[in-house]
Amino acid sequence: MAHSLKFTSYVTAALLASTGIAAAECADPVKIGVLHSLSGTMAISETTLKDTMLMLIEKQNAAGGVLGCEIEAVVVDPASDWPLFAEKARELLTVHEVDVIFGNWTSVSRKSVLPVIEELNGLLFYPVQYEGEESSRNVFYTGAAPNQQAIPAVDYYLEELGVEKFALLGTDYVYPRTTNNILEQYLKDNGIAEDDIFVNYTPFGHSDWATIVADVVALGEDGKQVGVISTINGDANIGFYKELAAAGVSADDIPVVAFSVGEEELSGLDTSNLVGHLAAWNYFQSAETEANAEFIDAWKEFAGADRVTNDPMEAHYIGFNMWVNAATAAGTTDVDAVRDAMYGQEFPNLTGGTAVMLPNHHLAKPVLIGEITADGQFDIISKTAEVPGDAWTDFLPASKVLTSDWKELGCGMYNMETETCVQLTSNY
Amino acid sequence: MRRILLAIAVFCGVLPQVQAGDLQDILQIHADEVAKPSRRSVSVLLDDLVASGLPQVTVFLEEWAEKNVWRGPDGLFFLARADGDTLEIRDVDTGETVSIAKDGFLQIKPNGGVRRVIGTALVQFQLSDPDPARRKAALEAIARRPEASQLAPLQASVETETEDSLRARKVQLANFLSAQFGDTADVRIAAIESLSKDTSVEARSVLNRILSTKEGVTAGEADGNIARVLDPFVAPDAFYLRLVEAGLAPPVVTPAEIRAGLEQNVKDGRAGGVPLAQLDNDAQRGRAYIQLAAEGLVPPLVTAADRETALSEHIFYERYDEADPAITAAAETALASVTARVGWEQTIDLGLDALSLASIYFLAAIGLAITFGVMGVINMAHGEFIMMGAYTGYVVQLFVPDYTLSIMIALPLAFAVTFGAGVTMERLVIRHLYHRPLETLLATFGISIALQQLAKNIFGTQARPLTSPGWLDGAWVLSDAIQISYIRIAIFVLALLFLALILFILKRTRLGLEVRAVTQNPGMAASMGINPDRINMLTFGLGSGIAGIAGVAIGLYAKVTSEMGADYIVQSFMTVVVGGVGNVWGTLAGASMIGFLQKGIEWLNPSNTLAAQTYMILFIILFIQFRPKGIVALKGRAAAD
Amino acid sequence: MRRSFIAQNPSVLWFLAALGLFTLVITVLSEFTGAGVIPTSFVKTLGKTLCLCLIAIAMDVVWGYCGILSLGHFAFFGIGGYAVGMWLMYARTETIVLESLSTQVIPPTPQEISDAIGNQIFGVVGSSEFPLIWAFADSLLLQLLMVVLVPGLLALVFGWLAFRSRVTGVYLSILTQAMTLALSLYLFQNDSGLRGNNGLSGLQNIPGFETTPQSAVSIVFFWASAAALAAGYVFFAWVVSGKMGSVVQGIRDNEARVRFLGYHVESYKLFIFTVTAIVSGIAGALYYPQAGIINPGEIAPIASIYLAVWVAIGGRGRLYGAVIGAAFVSLLSSWFTGGGAPPINLGFYTVQWTDWWLVLLGLSFVAVTLFFPRGIGGLFDYLVKKP
Repeated sequence: MAHSLKFTSYVTAALLASTGIAAAECADPVKIGVLHSLSGTMAISETTLKDTMLMLIEKQNAAGGVLGCEIEAVVVDPASDWPLFAEKARELLTVHEVDVIFGNWTSVSRKSVLPVIEELNGLLFYPVQYEGEESSRNVFYTGAAPNQQAIPAVDYYLEELGVEKFALLGTDYVYPRTTNNILEQYLKDNGIAEDDIFVNYTPFGHSDWATIVADVVALGEDGKQVGVISTINGDANIGFYKELAAAGVSADDIPVVAFSVGEEELSGLDTSNLVGHLAAWNYFQSAETEANAEFIDAWKEFAGADRVTNDPMEAHYIGFNMWVNAATAAGTTDVDAVRDAMYGQEFPNLTGGTAVMLPNHHLAKPVLIGEITADGQFDIISKTAEVPGDAWTDFLPASKVLTSDWKELGCGMYNMETETCVQLTSNY
Repeated sequence: MRRILLAIAVFCGVLPQVQAGDLQDILQIHADEVAKPSRRSVSVLLDDLVASGLPQVTVFLEEWAEKNVWRGPDGLFFLARADGDTLEIRDVDTGETVSIAKDGFLQIKPNGGVRRVIGTALVQFQLSDPDPARRKAALEAIARRPEASQLAPLQASVETETEDSLRARKVQLANFLSAQFGDTADVRIAAIESLSKDTSVEARSVLNRILSTKEGVTAGEADGNIARVLDPFVAPDAFYLRLVEAGLAPPVVTPAEIRAGLEQNVKDGRAGGVPLAQLDNDAQRGRAYIQLAAEGLVPPLVTAADRETALSEHIFYERYDEADPAITAAAETALASVTARVGWEQTIDLGLDALSLASIYFLAAIGLAITFGVMGVINMAHGEFIMMGAYTGYVVQLFVPDYTLSIMIALPLAFAVTFGAGVTMERLVIRHLYHRPLETLLATFGISIALQQLAKNIFGTQARPLTSPGWLDGAWVLSDAIQISYIRIAIFVLALLFLALILFILKRTRLGLEVRAVTQNPGMAASMGINPDRINMLTFGLGSGIAGIAGVAIGLYAKVTSEMGADYIVQSFMTVVVGGVGNVWGTLAGASMIGFLQKGIEWLNPSNTLAAQTYMILFIILFIQFRPKGIVALKGRAAAD
Repeated sequence: MRRSFIAQNPSVLWFLAALGLFTLVITVLSEFTGAGVIPTSFVKTLGKTLCLCLIAIAMDVVWGYCGILSLGHFAFFGIGGYAVGMWLMYARTETIVLESLSTQVIPPTPQEISDAIGNQIFGVVGSSEFPLIWAFADSLLLQLLMVVLVPGLLALVFGWLAFRSRVTGVYLSILTQAMTLALSLYLFQNDSGLRGNNGLSGLQNIPGFETTPQSAVSIVFFWASAAALAAGYVFFAWVVSGKMGSVVQGIRDNEARVRFLGYHVESYKLFIFTVTAIVSGIAGALYYPQAGIINPGEIAPIASIYLAVWVAIGGRGRLYGAVIGAAFVSLLSSWFTGGGAPPINLGFYTVQWTDWWLVLLGLSFVAVTLFFPRGIGGLFDYLVKKP
């Protein structure tokens, strides 16, 4: 039995990243849990976010910490194993007793963590664009909801590029499925016929794209302008863009807008044949503001000169700073107090303008559309005003009637038709 | 120069003065549109620019589309090139140039939609431009946005065209345009008929545009150039909805509306005379609702009979936008003939894709077939040898920037590296496990995860670029429907080469003879003076080496990651098992079967590639039940397991 | 009969005693009793480990005793998890939905209730209709029956087809692997009706016990897992010790000879394959409520290979070997990947175990197969026989 005890204490001891001498007057040290995979398939994306958090915490400590306390980072590795996320979240909240968790990338890992966080009344900041249709009292969603990424991109297609026929290509998992469902309905509402929407789902890491690209090219046979909306995830994009380039599909003929391709993904590709294809995000490294230049410099100094910044990093940047400000305003790191102080928190975006935390736990952020350039960056071609994030989409009948308002209504799944709260926990 | 001085003067607080009569003035009139152009509204500005007849308009439009127009702090527009923090600005009218600090200048970035409209506006200037690149750009613009007004200038420019390829393209485009916008019906019909053998996407789109229809519904006779009359009873719900939308029928009352209607009319714990507690089923709710409807409190229900009469009383039709039936008839005929051809071409294209997939599977599996077949050894690390080959290619490209040369070096080097790795593994591990084949599976699996993790530690989890040489970019285009990328052809050729090479080694060399002898009866072979140890080692090395080369090929067409081997390993095993162990022809048959089968299933269900893969594996499982030894069964050590 | 069974298998008593003691100690030290020395998250880990030990025993019987290297038993494990997960999700959602609908003026129709539940469960994956396979999800009894029936029937059909065609050895391994891959690919699809890549989540919340703290839920599942492991151990010890055990081991050593002796080899193999599949299903049904989420990634072919590796490291052909292997490797894995092992500084390079653990693990498979074919369990032979 002693073995097991030792086991746990080892874990505890080793996981506490040393942050120097904690401030002596601090009765209750401030601990921040970082729940990002450091190994396994998601390590590539999530390690960057872990480093971002460490950088932000280091910076904050240099500026005096929060509430007069030095912040201690507790880093754990859920190893891209979804059940392990729940286990590690419980460990963070009960063993390490962290005040707040920054973490997760995939939706399935978030769904795994949700019941634990809600049971133990923890606080999670989730930094990645996701499919919406969820609202938890204990989660702040700093990434984009579909109406902050997908819908504006489709509007751009309809308005600016005059696309009349759509190919929705995605990897077969929940984010593309839900997003495409929303987009299909949105397109139909905008007068696009069902026959003019081609949908295809491929497995993770798919590499045989010839037939699908040929199908997309053939869509142009009735003389309509074709556009591709890609929710293809990760590595599969490489094969897809290579095939696209080989088939000579230029952005002028058939533009492709991607929701999961950022600076990080482009670094595995020769982009000279992809110039002009698009991506929609809330942040691009190429944004020309002073705050962004400062952030990029700090990041390169912290992580290495060849590293790039991306959208989820900005989400953590905003989320972390908002949390610090909310804790300062509340005078405590107590979850309920901080939550109340979070509503209406404002913090400047790296791309200019101000992000605001809404009562539905989403941010109001501007939406950017960028064209891929030959050097693997994005040329920002369009920027909207701040769009408030919407937990429940207005374009699916079942969620149209739902709204989330934790401040006034105290409910994340409120049916406006029957004026009742469907449930207080989230639908994981 | 004057204007540039002005721009500088603005920094010093001097107000700008705008003089009328040149390009800058027109731009200033539409300043907002120039700075933030939109596809829908930009044409006003373009019309003004073209109408001005200024010679500098062409250059301005070209530069604007290329994102080379900047706006100064004074609101003036310049052609400019950025170089670090400085900007080399050029006056739009005079062409005078000066370098200036970038601060305060804003780059103007017209989006893709606007660029296309600009391209159309430029057509008239570029069609007869001395620069062939400009003429080509004009033709591309026409192909993207065909307009009636382009027909005459295009036809006029055919005469003066000097380059054959451009002239052919001009004739083709002129034909497309006259099919749509020709003056007389005869001209159009002639043009349409000439398209009946053209399977290009463009030609099909021309025909489809001519044949565009609008759906309609009427209570009386349908008039106009009617394409077809539809039968509403194939999808009564959808067609009734159309009637409702056209205002020709009352909307259906949905269950939710019934419920809402009842809720609004609750009196004394009853709705429509029925106690609330009993309203938990549709029958009671229906009765209560009819009662309410009879009282006029809610809109009446639409019964099935109502719907049927409404549908049968109306005619649903599709009407051509083109009024002339002769033209639509000609287009229909042409399109039918084109569609038939396209169907054939698509089948051929699918066949090519299947062939390409089969060659990739073959290349990935052939090395495995050799080791598995000849030695009865399962090498779970085979996928990691593929990965090693791909990373070898990546590392070579780090040192040799010339892509052609680097591939030439990478192929033999990948072979050497994985040959070495294979031989090492055989000597250290597999040699000791020949009598325990199931345990080689475990041991090699251990090596597989160790290698995979090692690759992650060395190269990171991120995909690494392996770029093919320029001459492998692009595709071999037979028609718009039949095309296959050069890189896939190269892989196909590589697979053929290896098929020939292995057949040659096995059938024509001393080594091959010895390998075959060991395969059939190792004991007997040993007693004939063959050293089975050496043969095993060499075969294993050969199999692994080929995996390395397959890795370079796969990396070129897809991606290089530490997990790429795992993507191919199960598929490769199935290829080998389905084909029949220990036989090169068997592997070929297995790869072809899996490749064609997968494409076939994908064709049946184009929207879900994942489902296609699932069904293919199920098919393979069933296939093995009925032919446990594969397509080409072999006798010998492997057959006896 | 029973006396002789125990007498023949002294290890059974030892094992039961050790398991009982272990359960007792963990219970006493857990948060449930208030001692709180062992956090709830670790109780869950231990409970899950017991379930892994159970499937490892099943794997040992089918491979170590019968010689069938099945790379599909984790698929049965997953099916068990999905079967129980469907009820857990349905029942939990039903409670929520009924509560929210109860405030309305007009009582809901069965259709409305079903729609609302479907919308809650499938809304997050962009659908709202109930697929056919959820037909029995409202009944705990039927779903528990599924835990046994679905893996059992699948194994029966698959095994019958394969053994009938005399698919053996490596071919059978690859075939079972293909089955696992097909199942996981099928479940990955959203169209399969089991929420695709997201899988079923929130399984740790047991309907009817919403207010019970997780410390209690976790300890109950820990007990249940321990009881299942004990029962499984006794059952399999009985199976492999009698005449049946001898035939089965004969098949492993020389299938043709057993067949010539007049035994119907296929029936024996089919029996073992099916029974172990059912036990795997039961292990899965106990595992996933503790894990909290099940999704297709859990069933990926690699999981089944790991299972074989546990058994190999623990020692094939002995039941306690499988238990040792599964417990040892899975706990060690979580220790290393959890950052528990201190990094080793080599001066020029620091070995981070999250990066290097898999390399070490992989190489240790090789070492075990090459040098210790009897696994860790073999050490016991050494200790017992030496003096």
